[in-house]
Amino acid sequence: MRFRIDKLGVVIAALLAYGAFLAPFANFRANRIVPGEARSIIEALPAGLGAAFLAFAVVAVVLIVAKTPTLFRLVLGLVALLALAILIGLAAGHLTPPENTYARVSPASGFWLTSFAFALVTTDALARLKLSPLARVALLAAVAAAAAALLMSGVWDGLSILKEYGSRAETFWLEASRHVVLALGSLAAAVLVGLPLGILCHRVEALRAGVLNVLNIIQTIPSIALFGLLIAPLGWIALNVPGAAAIGIRGIGAAPAFVALFLYSLLPVVANTVVGLAGVPRDANDAARGIGMTDRQRLFGVELPLAFPVILTGIRIVLVQNIGLATIAALIGGGGFGVFVFQGIGQTAMDLVLLGAVPTVALAFAAAIVLDAATELSSNKPGRAA
Amino acid sequence: MIEIDTITKRYGETTVVDTVSMTIAPRTITVIVGTSGSGKTTLMRMINRLVEPTSGKILIDGEPNSAIPGYELRRRIGYAIQGHGLFPHRTVAENIATVPTLLGWDKSRIDAKVKELLTLFQLDPAAFGPRYPHELSGGQQQRVGVARALAAEPNILLMDEPFGALDPVIRAKAQEDLLAIQKHFGTTIVLVTHDMEEAFHLADKIAVMDKGKIVQYAAPQDMLVNPATDFVETLIGAGERPFRLLSIGTVADAAEAGEADGEPIAAALSQRDALSALLWSGRQALPVVGADGAPLGRVTLASLTRRAARPQ
Repeated sequence: MRFRIDKLGVVIAALLAYGAFLAPFANFRANRIVPGEARSIIEALPAGLGAAFLAFAVVAVVLIVAKTPTLFRLVLGLVALLALAILIGLAAGHLTPPENTYARVSPASGFWLTSFAFALVTTDALARLKLSPLARVALLAAVAAAAAALLMSGVWDGLSILKEYGSRAETFWLEASRHVVLALGSLAAAVLVGLPLGILCHRVEALRAGVLNVLNIIQTIPSIALFGLLIAPLGWIALNVPGAAAIGIRGIGAAPAFVALFLYSLLPVVANTVVGLAGVPRDANDAARGIGMTDRQRLFGVELPLAFPVILTGIRIVLVQNIGLATIAALIGGGGFGVFVFQGIGQTAMDLVLLGAVPTVALAFAAAIVLDAATELSSNKPGRAA
Repeated sequence: MIEIDTITKRYGETTVVDTVSMTIAPRTITVIVGTSGSGKTTLMRMINRLVEPTSGKILIDGEPNSAIPGYELRRRIGYAIQGHGLFPHRTVAENIATVPTLLGWDKSRIDAKVKELLTLFQLDPAAFGPRYPHELSGGQQQRVGVARALAAEPNILLMDEPFGALDPVIRAKAQEDLLAIQKHFGTTIVLVTHDMEEAFHLADKIAVMDKGKIVQYAAPQDMLVNPATDFVETLIGAGERPFRLLSIGTVADAAEAGEADGEPIAAALSQRDALSALLWSGRQALPVVGADGAPLGRVTLASLTRRAARPQ
């Protein structure tokens, strides 16, 4: 067999080699806010394990540089990521002095770089395998299940981020649910309003430019500014509209966050609805009218089904964007994972920032994969020449 | 019967169809020809009210077509367009079933109709019914488009350049199919095209449109002999006249008793096809066979020459 070189593999291998051998694997701090001390992988792990992982890294570098079968690379990437996840948990247990509840151990650049390198190997292999949408969702579920299992097993309990979680378990789930409600609720409201608005814009050409321009301008307002701008009108509504305050409308809190996210969501939903409907073949529309469909039958029977994949792409954009943006809601008392991020920044406790950031990223990532799969499923349906 | 009575369509200052009156006899094929922008498609689309006229009226079997809502009217009139207009997200069977479903037929009747039409268009129902339009060839898509237009057994079928997107071989086949279907159902067909050859081959009567007006509305033969204006004459093409004349008649009309050698020709083809076959093979006569292959006599070069001459 000829030894052939994988070009992307060279870059990944360099990253991996640097991360494993030169960068620190974990950070040790005597308490949660002092600066950390770097620990190499040999120091960070119990006897022999560090050396074993370095040996594995050497083998992996060779395997990644060589042109190896795609499926093999996928398995290599997944196994390595799992190993890293377990090792960082073990490092926490090993580095923390017994009976010490103040010390904090967190992953350092070496861990992140090696993880990133193996994640690249995995995603590269996945892209080359061209998995079906359902297989991708199944893989996502498997990864989520593995992460949940690791969390439940207690391997990670020694890590700083879980220690932060430990002292806030109840608030964490409360903020998590508020985050999801904010992101999904504003999305649902945007679809409820944006879809009919998009249809209207498609039918009434005079409206189109105006509506899209207004939504475009809203999109350019910075989120913090938009929250600020909403305080006055919502506060006025709370004071002057009977019952408004009773259902939670106030100048600060969840209401302005919800309204802002809703406004940001409108543009992608409306624009994609308009584009999707415009993309419906003229012939199909003409035939639908010509054989006696009413406007309503044409809309639900022909136009919307054909525009659906494009509309779904808009919803995907909105969902991922909202999951990220909802973090800012904490600034005006709207809750969500942003609470931990801003508390963490205030206390210079990076672990607390991570407690807010990691679930946000994971949620956005999962939402993107699920909706991408849904979009692909709906547009791959036989009947559409892709 | 379709009676078009001084109908006019204006878009702003532009008059697209200008006080057109014509009567279309039932169970015939009327072809509207004209250059692009002549208003022929608009005229046709006013019959099923895809376009509402500015003034004038259209009677269908004595009833004004404005008496019922447009969509109900259109369910009673078949409609087939260039590029077929099939719904890409529905199967062939679902496409054909569209109008019967809109009309609320029960399922068994719809299924039977879909099967009947697919068979009639020489598409195996079991194989083609569940397929999606993009899995079909251009000719098959076009046939499904016409089958969908005929699904609710309309008395009238409107066709807007239905064969425009087909290659010449498939187009000829589609035209033969259309003639057979018209005979089978006795449908009144109004067809818009800019292809004069197609017009002469299919039409019982041809309406020539120019700048929104009907310049001549006559049987193909009369139009050849007495073109009303220079425009009609140009459209026909002076050099094409004998061949157009032959395009009108079928081989069956020209067949005479007798025998001939060589490859036979189908009786349903046009006399022009027969002439072409005779000239190319260098023979004086061809045997004629029916659709079932039974001999029907022969067609001779001499008789075709006589038929191609200007009628007295």
